[in-house]
Amino acid sequence: MSAQLPPCLLWSPDDHRPLEEYQTGIPRWCVGCGDNAILAAVQRLCRDESLSPERTVFVSGIGCSSRLPHYMRAYGFHGTHGRALPIAEGVKMARPDLTVFVTTGDGDCLSIGAAHWLHALRYNMDLTVLLHDNHIYGLTKKQVSPTSPIGTRSNTTPKGSFLPPLNPLTVTLGVPNASFVAQAVDWIPEVLYQILSAAYRHKGTSFVRILQRCPEFMPGMFDPWVRDPSRTLLLRHEKALTLSPAVAATYRNQREHDPSDMNAAREIASVDDPIPVGILYHDPSAPRYEEIRNGGSVRTRETIRRGLEAELDRLTIWPEAPAAGA
Amino acid sequence: MRAYRGAAPPENPPAAPPHAPGSSSALHVPTLERPVTQPRRALRRAIDEHVVEIVSDSGEGAQRCGQSFGAIAARSGLGIWTVEIIPAEIQPPARSVAGASGNRIRIASRPVTNGGDEVDLVVAFNEQVLRGRVEAGELRPGATILLESAWSNDRDPQIAREYAETREELVAHGYRVIDIPMDAESRKIVSDPRRGKNMFALGMLCLIYGLDLRLAREQIALTFGKKDQAVIDQNVRLLEAGWAWAERELDLRYELKAMPVTAPQVVMNGNTAIALGILASGMEICAMYPITPATSASHYLTEVFERVGGIVHQAEDEIAACAFAIGASYAGKCAVTITSGPGFSLKQEGIGLAVMTEIPLVVVDVQRGGPSTGQPTKPEQGDLLAAMFGAHGDAPKVVLAVSGIEDCFYAMITARKIAETFNTVVIVLSDGSLATAQQPIPRPAFSEEWLAPPVDQSPVPEGALPYDWDATTGLIRRWIPGQPGGMHTITGVAHDRAGHIAYDATSNEDGLRHRSLKLAALQRTLRCPSVFGGDDGDLLIVGWGSTKGAIEEAVERLRAEGRRVSSLHLGFIQPLPSGVGEILRRFRKVVTVEMAWADRPEDALIDEDNRRYSPLAMLLRSRFLVDVDCWTDVSGRPMRPGAIRDAMIDRLTSV
Ligand SMILES: Cc1ncc(C[n+]2csc(CCOP(=O)(O)OP(=O)(O)O)c2C)c(N)n1
Ligand code: SF4
Ligand SMILES: [Mg+2]
Repeated sequence: MSAQLPPCLLWSPDDHRPLEEYQTGIPRWCVGCGDNAILAAVQRLCRDESLSPERTVFVSGIGCSSRLPHYMRAYGFHGTHGRALPIAEGVKMARPDLTVFVTTGDGDCLSIGAAHWLHALRYNMDLTVLLHDNHIYGLTKKQVSPTSPIGTRSNTTPKGSFLPPLNPLTVTLGVPNASFVAQAVDWIPEVLYQILSAAYRHKGTSFVRILQRCPEFMPGMFDPWVRDPSRTLLLRHEKALTLSPAVAATYRNQREHDPSDMNAAREIASVDDPIPVGILYHDPSAPRYEEIRNGGSVRTRETIRRGLEAELDRLTIWPEAPAAGA
Repeated sequence: MRAYRGAAPPENPPAAPPHAPGSSSALHVPTLERPVTQPRRALRRAIDEHVVEIVSDSGEGAQRCGQSFGAIAARSGLGIWTVEIIPAEIQPPARSVAGASGNRIRIASRPVTNGGDEVDLVVAFNEQVLRGRVEAGELRPGATILLESAWSNDRDPQIAREYAETREELVAHGYRVIDIPMDAESRKIVSDPRRGKNMFALGMLCLIYGLDLRLAREQIALTFGKKDQAVIDQNVRLLEAGWAWAERELDLRYELKAMPVTAPQVVMNGNTAIALGILASGMEICAMYPITPATSASHYLTEVFERVGGIVHQAEDEIAACAFAIGASYAGKCAVTITSGPGFSLKQEGIGLAVMTEIPLVVVDVQRGGPSTGQPTKPEQGDLLAAMFGAHGDAPKVVLAVSGIEDCFYAMITARKIAETFNTVVIVLSDGSLATAQQPIPRPAFSEEWLAPPVDQSPVPEGALPYDWDATTGLIRRWIPGQPGGMHTITGVAHDRAGHIAYDATSNEDGLRHRSLKLAALQRTLRCPSVFGGDDGDLLIVGWGSTKGAIEEAVERLRAEGRRVSSLHLGFIQPLPSGVGEILRRFRKVVTVEMAWADRPEDALIDEDNRRYSPLAMLLRSRFLVDVDCWTDVSGRPMRPGAIRDAMIDRLTSV
């Protein structure tokens, strides 16, 4: 990709602790694929939060991005196309003690899995959802996706795509009970990391849309933004992101945004150039489905037996003269 | 006016007439004015069984009346089988031919396992819903009809005319129509007879069949237990009024010998039994999306599950429900998803995923008429092959079919156990006829062995592989998130023993072989079902699922007629237990009886080269190379023993 990348792309966490504890396998993504940067940020997050690998589960659908669980030393479930969210919900309901991440692509989440996406936001279970949005179907080799800009030439739209793209942020912000909505870009790893850690710490469904470069099928797609830092709008707030001097110096186009302000969040989300980066909305008090439903509650054999007997009692026909009456 | 098909004069009188109502008693049309004060001293006629129906517009309580009648009969020691009559619409227009709502109750002096043949006696709240039943061939020729008479002087002349015409026609077709002023009589007690007639009718039925009024009062208290005493009292008054009226005005009296009730029994329908079975199996998560006729199982489960720490999750669709259940199972708590036809189709990709990743999963399919939306409220057995082969690729899974109410309960316990032991999908096939059919079954005695073991969180030995398939059985030891040292990613992509994506030929074959071997390993533990009837003979009927009771009753009748007919009923269909082929070969002719489509040989274009056999017949033919024929019924009503008997007589004469 471009040689004139801003310095923050070259930034890497100071590794005083080994990341290996969270790494496994060799990622098979293309060189320059933004998924690599997302993986690195996730592994760093796990390390920094000292997540126990055996109590952490990565659930994904199908797509290039959905390969991520294979590269994490943790439990992983690489599911079916579009169904990462409901699988993850089942995991969380059964075992609220587990930390659950979901990685999904723009096709996976916004097209085939769109129904699940909307409802996952309503359930607001404690899941950290990473939407790898490369504006294209990568794994199936370049078909238009719901977020492809209008006019995108792909194998199913050789003359250019027909429809305006879907805006996952505004849609998400329109769903009642959505509790954490953020946008990150793979080429500013420090901010990506910060957003992921805020997402992880949020109790509820954290929805992080990550603009992800796909040099293979969308070469240069984000170059104008990568090259020109003024086309990124960084959101800062004491309750959200505080920017490091290096980032603040490069990305001067900033805006103070209180993530509890839904109206402002919607307004910011509706603009795609400059690209807003940061936490758009955060409501730490939104109810969580697994809590409402008492997911993972402890049952004893005795409670089950008693519950069953009570029901059977209701349905039972007793012999006319019970022994006691004799 | 259309002819009443069901009432065509019988060319061959029914084969087993002892329980047909007598034609000797004269048509008796009591009128309100007739001042009869003395109870009629009618003789009770001994019968072995009767099929009774009560039909109304929906919302008039015929279902409650029928259920209560069934329960009282069961408590009196009679064998019962009740079937709900459900209109396809929630609120069909009043007095519409397709709008019958109610209950059919077969009562007998012995245990019954199916709904029987035609109706002997029906209580109808209006003549139009009754017409629907008559036209559908539900009534026995000459059946007794207790018909609400209020319509005869309805303010709307059109209605009065319809009533008069229909009534006349019913009489002309040989039915014994008795006018009952249920409306007027109930009005003496309640202002809105629509809300009380049903208990009046219940009182009449109790008198007619000699059931104990005390039990009936108790039943009302049970039914309305949640309401206040005034409601119970009022319903008891209606009940007693119905009883007293019938005692005064009717000469209908039947007597059925009761069997002493010696052990506690539970009366429930198939869906309730499935729900309780789920509870008893130790499963704690059920994910579902509403669909008829499966939903009532989830309704009931919702009611009882939370009290024991379980959860019924209504997902956004069946795909999500299946995925949710898979996620829960993956995390260590074997889950169940309940659905019917269209929802079952949607779950197929998820089922394939669970098979591939070797996650236990229980799927209940309460079959209905198909394809597509089909007949939501009518039973059919059209999903057998979809259950076996519906997921793409080779996706070996266990398919078992429940054949009765008791089976519905225990099958869930078995299904959970198999799913967890073999780390695979178990599909339980029920259908709409069991879903709402009630029968008393011996009260299950709880056993701790039914329950799931606690979630394993022990460390995984170093170097162990997640898919270390056993060479003989194909079994793996699955690890559950939380187990230290067991971190691995499972995938629906072809994978090797480490769970890593692997596209090489060896790994692919390894996976296919071992997932398939698991079925063989299970198969070795299965016992062949025993033959009902004689060990060999002229004809073997093979059935599966809800038709068991009807088939066996047909076999009993045929054997009583001296025919060498037996039946074999399959619970496990995949894998099939050993020995089935050998049984098939002992009979001169083998016919499956199924509620599914099979091409009719009499159709001009159908011949042996293109005839599409019914699912089980196709299966048995291909597995055993036996020339299995099939007889199928897709009328949308539960199988009738009489119909099976007649069809088998045909087959026997063509042997
Ligand atoms: C049911 C189903 N339909 C289609 C596919 C083929 N398929 C696999 S991935 C994919 C799209 C992937 O795009 P996206 O979700 O954006 O992920 P990316 O590869 O871009 O990361 C499709 C259509 C599939 N695996 N399953
Ligand atoms: S095709 Fe695109 S998304 Fe997929 S790995 Fe390559 S660069 Fe990444
Ligand atoms: Mg994509």
